[in-house]
Amino acid sequence: MDLFTIADKTFSSRLIVGTGKYSSPAVMVQAHEASGAEMITVAVRRVNISDRTKESLLDFIDTSKYFILPNTAGCYTADEAVRTARLGREAGLSNWVKLEVIGDERTLFPDNEALIEATRILVREGFVVLPYTNDDPIACRKLEDAGAAAVMPLGAPIGSGLGIQNPNNIRIIRELARVPMIVDAGVGTASDAAFAMELGADGVLMNTAIAGAHDPVAMAQAMKLGVRAGRLAFLAGRIPRKMYANASSPVEGLVGR
Amino acid sequence: MQITLNGDSYEVAGPLTVAELLARLDIDARRVAVEHNLVVLKHDAFHRTTVQEGDEVEIVNFVGGGWKETRRAKG
Repeated sequence: MDLFTIADKTFSSRLIVGTGKYSSPAVMVQAHEASGAEMITVAVRRVNISDRTKESLLDFIDTSKYFILPNTAGCYTADEAVRTARLGREAGLSNWVKLEVIGDERTLFPDNEALIEATRILVREGFVVLPYTNDDPIACRKLEDAGAAAVMPLGAPIGSGLGIQNPNNIRIIRELARVPMIVDAGVGTASDAAFAMELGADGVLMNTAIAGAHDPVAMAQAMKLGVRAGRLAFLAGRIPRKMYANASSPVEGLVGR
Repeated sequence: MQITLNGDSYEVAGPLTVAELLARLDIDARRVAVEHNLVVLKHDAFHRTTVQEGDEVEIVNFVGGGWKETRRAKG
């Protein structure tokens, strides 16, 4: 069994999924089921005081089946992210957080300086911190030194679906990191997820690629298989790339020679 | 009395505890987290924390998300 361990928890699925942008809660629930994911990330937001009719997201998620990972999406400063993480811990069931400190609204690239600072504060407070970061090996090393339980470099900008833009950096991060590396953001389709895993990623986190697909439930299943295929290929060890052909069939015993 | 609730001014008869405030708002205390004057409260503190005139209260819960977020939370 190929298990996936982060901090003190072990998972059998290497796919982590989000909860945003679904057309309905029912589609989200079916997509989660089809994805085989065991960890689901959720955002922390103010309760709507004037409209109390809205159901809570947790009404739809079976928390005995899925591990809930609160995130700090939408936070632009270390202070906002730390406050949001603390609130997420109290609203939830664990001390885990997917830490995001966004540096720019258009690209949603992380603010590494603030991210490292927030990681340091939250680790000191006993959080298991999973930071969303640039595909920068040095930033990842600093996050690891700050106590991050995993590093989560982006494959491409959030929601872009561009696939892994800098495979070499992802490979280098995997080689240097002593904690799990999860590719977080940028996946567009199943082959992107497989590619991330072939590069050595320990896991992949995605939302838009599934929620935004024409058929989110079918795409969730495709992602499950893509992650699995990529992982198996990584473990199997691919053949070296060569310039020229190398025949698969015997060259002796050919008819007419 | 006047308090700031989730960034907006809010009129409520008080002082009252956080638990009472949640009950008045018809909010299930088990599903939310509360920050009182920038301090995040443990659930068992809801009954013994008093909200007074001018206090700031944030009540949050989990929503769908994990990627694209355009709205900035007020700091």
